Amino acid sequence: MSGRTYVSAKINGEQMDFLCEPRQSLLEVLRDELGMTGSKEGCNNGNCGACNVIMNGVLVNACCVLGVEAQGGTIVTIEGVASGEDLHPLQRTFLDDAALQCGICTPGFIVAAKALLDKEPDADEARIRHWLAGNLCRCTGYDKIVHAVLDAADVMRKTPAKV
Amino acid sequence: MPRVMLPALLRPLAGGASSVETTGATLRDVIEDLERQHPALRGRIIDAGVIRPDVMVAVDADEVRDLDAPVPSAGEVHILPAIAGG
Amino acid sequence: MVIENKPKYKVIGTRPVRPDGIDKVTGRAQYGADIHMQGALQGRMKRSPHAHAIIKNIDVSKALALDGVKAVVTAQDLAGPGGDVSTLPDAAQNILASRKVLYRGQAVAAVAAINDHIAQEAVKLIEVEYEVLPHVLDVRESMRPDAPILNETMRTRGPNPGDGATNIVAHTVAAFGDIERGFAECDVIVENEFSTKMVHQGYIEPQAATASWAPDGQLSIWTTTQGSFPAREACAQLLNHPISKIKVTPTEIGGGFGGKISVYLEPVAALLSRKTGKPVAIRMDRIDVFEGTGPTPGTSIKVKLGATKDGKFRAAYADMAYENGAFAGSAAMYATMVITAGYEIEHVKLDGFDVVVNKPRTQDYRAPSAPAAAFAFEQLVDELAEKLKLDPLKLRLMNASKEGSRGPMGMPFKRVGHEECLEAALNSPHYNPPLEGPNRGRGVASGFWFNVGLRSSVNVSVQPDGTVNLNEGNTDIGGTRASLAMQLAETIGVAFEDIKPGVVDTDSVGVNDVTAGSRVTFASGMAVHEAGKNLIKELTTRLAPTWQVPVEEIEFEDGTFKTKDGAKSGTFKEIATQVVGRGVGLTVSGSVNAGFLAGGGFAHAIVDVEVDPETGKVTILRYTAIQDAGTAVHPAYVEGQMQGGAVQGIGWAINEEYYYDESGRMANSSFLDYRLPTSLDVPMIDTIIVEVPNPLHPFGVRGVGEPGIVPPLAAIANAVCHATGVRQTQLPMSPRRILETTLGIG
Repeated sequence: MSGRTYVSAKINGEQMDFLCEPRQSLLEVLRDELGMTGSKEGCNNGNCGACNVIMNGVLVNACCVLGVEAQGGTIVTIEGVASGEDLHPLQRTFLDDAALQCGICTPGFIVAAKALLDKEPDADEARIRHWLAGNLCRCTGYDKIVHAVLDAADVMRKTPAKV
Repeated sequence: MPRVMLPALLRPLAGGASSVETTGATLRDVIEDLERQHPALRGRIIDAGVIRPDVMVAVDADEVRDLDAPVPSAGEVHILPAIAGG
Repeated sequence: MVIENKPKYKVIGTRPVRPDGIDKVTGRAQYGADIHMQGALQGRMKRSPHAHAIIKNIDVSKALALDGVKAVVTAQDLAGPGGDVSTLPDAAQNILASRKVLYRGQAVAAVAAINDHIAQEAVKLIEVEYEVLPHVLDVRESMRPDAPILNETMRTRGPNPGDGATNIVAHTVAAFGDIERGFAECDVIVENEFSTKMVHQGYIEPQAATASWAPDGQLSIWTTTQGSFPAREACAQLLNHPISKIKVTPTEIGGGFGGKISVYLEPVAALLSRKTGKPVAIRMDRIDVFEGTGPTPGTSIKVKLGATKDGKFRAAYADMAYENGAFAGSAAMYATMVITAGYEIEHVKLDGFDVVVNKPRTQDYRAPSAPAAAFAFEQLVDELAEKLKLDPLKLRLMNASKEGSRGPMGMPFKRVGHEECLEAALNSPHYNPPLEGPNRGRGVASGFWFNVGLRSSVNVSVQPDGTVNLNEGNTDIGGTRASLAMQLAETIGVAFEDIKPGVVDTDSVGVNDVTAGSRVTFASGMAVHEAGKNLIKELTTRLAPTWQVPVEEIEFEDGTFKTKDGAKSGTFKEIATQVVGRGVGLTVSGSVNAGFLAGGGFAHAIVDVEVDPETGKVTILRYTAIQDAGTAVHPAYVEGQMQGGAVQGIGWAINEEYYYDESGRMANSSFLDYRLPTSLDVPMIDTIIVEVPNPLHPFGVRGVGEPGIVPPLAAIANAVCHATGVRQTQLPMSPRRILETTLGIG
């Protein structure tokens, strides 16, 4: 394959520079080049949402974005959702509501739900189910996940997020 | 006279019988008597001195792995294929 | 809903946050594909494009010549130098085929390269010459004498082995009473033929394994598996390598449901590592998972059920054919053990046929064999209820298995909760108001699964601050670190937070069987209880000289050590700090073989559906899952198992299937086309936990993982029948199938 391209992007608030092959997906770059394995590969074709990241404010499947497309962009992955020791309300409610079993889909769900609640803090069950239809979970039957997102929305409305 | 109930798979080795009357006060005695009556069953329930891993044995409603376990004279010994799960 | 008097537990029954939770919500948890070792090579499998073919030749020279490729392995490497590949067992054939391929997707070779892209290119350069053979995909067609034969040496195990080669692996017969007399005594007899399609467990994490073969022969494997010990044993056998030289470290596991019991990648990665001297990681992609792992069988089931006019079941007959996929299995035998388990029926005859077809070797999937059997049987129960004008739950209750009932294996049940589940369903808020509205229907169904016990072993160590480490060998697939730590906390009377559970490798704890069969909270819980008791005993022994009293004078009750005269006392944590804090270390273990019979579990479903007459789409309006958990250790995770099983069942009922084209290729090997239920496809799943304590467990625990998937297929079919007036005999009840059956076309 041809040479590697220099890419510079802001990932979880930090400026990061890396080299990547043009054929490498953002997911590969995150996992294999940058060692950030929190974003998971479940299907590698955009059907399961396990690799969801927020890129330039938009929820994307990192497996369907090329690494080089990150140039100059801003990316939030699961590793950047908590601030230090403070868990994000979604992380807290996923734990409290037992919204994970095996946990492989959890990073994608939390990132996807964050993308929703950041824009639509009043999302109701129907909206949450619609938004999360791009994320597959095989363990929970979604019940406790939807409850966790509703509960987090409630918490976030009561305590505006620190910026 | 404990009665040994055989699974379908082992019945051809016992002349087609689905159950066999035996004598014995322990599981070991009962199975040894069963093997005496139907030598083709040797090695199919007990192997190398223990119950085979692909076989389960119950005395009445209780699974038993200890060959010295007592068997009541009116007891039923069930020989069953092992199971697992997902 | 607690049915019987339950002891007052302090920790059991609460809902603490799981100890591994933080790692899993922050992305720290390391799953199979997250293992990145310095200098590791990436492996890829070369797979058969044909459903049935003879391998004439494998030429790897072009692949080896590609820059960046370090090694290629084939079945020859499993046989060893000069070994005969034709004698390799099925287990070896299924990871690297030698003489024949029996399904599309079967692995024939593997490469290791400096990165995954080069490995993928190298796979394309491996040239395999095939002689394509006719294939057979349908289970009944495969049973015919003129079907293409998969294995020339196969003879049917069972009463009539026959002379010639066959695809029928085994014919299992289970018979009780006198079936002809039984049916003669019936006033009403219903019968029908049903079929279900092959489906996949659908775990979101693909298989992934990393192996490192050291020059001294020490083999280290990191893998996402439901059984690190069984994986070690399988690798030892396949590689002819001593168990003592193999260490398997289980990573976190992203779902399994039975599909991650068998090894696929581990021995291949090991062979590649031995050849290259470097660690080798192999990760499946989603197509590999669909085509190259073990889905669960498609079935063809004919059933007949008879009852007296007052509703007492008298006789049942079933002829059940289950796909084993490419190699022999025992799915139909399991089916004979479960199909009539829920009911007292005097006269029963069951024929089970295990059959090979040119599809992946099937594996267990959550209560294996039971959902398809219940899909058939529970629809007949529904038909009987209609014919007899009886409430379908009351009809089930009238015939339900209970303590002392003889199950389909002929032996009596111990205390079970089928009747209690049915009563809970009858009294539920869901069942009582009738369902209203056009094109809507309500269905119910029961389900049974054995659950198993098997072997578990744990180590427990007291730390100087009086906290306790609990090291166990079973992968935590859905919250078992929590459920085991809770049982230890209950046993030794400490707070949940004072127990630190961990999952360790095969070198670090005694033998543990698979994380499957709903057994970990049950059987490892028994090991934990034993370890806790041992710990109390050891602490008592060490405490006696400190307190200057005889050992017999010390009692342990309710989390407190005290002398019989009450003069001295201390909590577990106080005593442990005192005795171990400055003393010698303290580690005890608990090991059990909990056997096969683990008490059995019953589940029930009530479901309301709406069927769109224009499109044929089935919408699940409301679903209530009811299950006997024995004792619910962590009720939120019990609910989670029930909800998860229900939604997998919903997918199986209305969407999922392996869709084959004429060439024997699975045409829908992606999550786009093999459509798992999404959050949009299902409502909230209501749960009713019934607690009829299991007499086989110190805390009354029953396995809860599996029974919940058994009833939904039939419950939804019954609901669709009530909505449309048309009985559904085939899965999936896709929009197309619904239209074909309700409009009488196709």
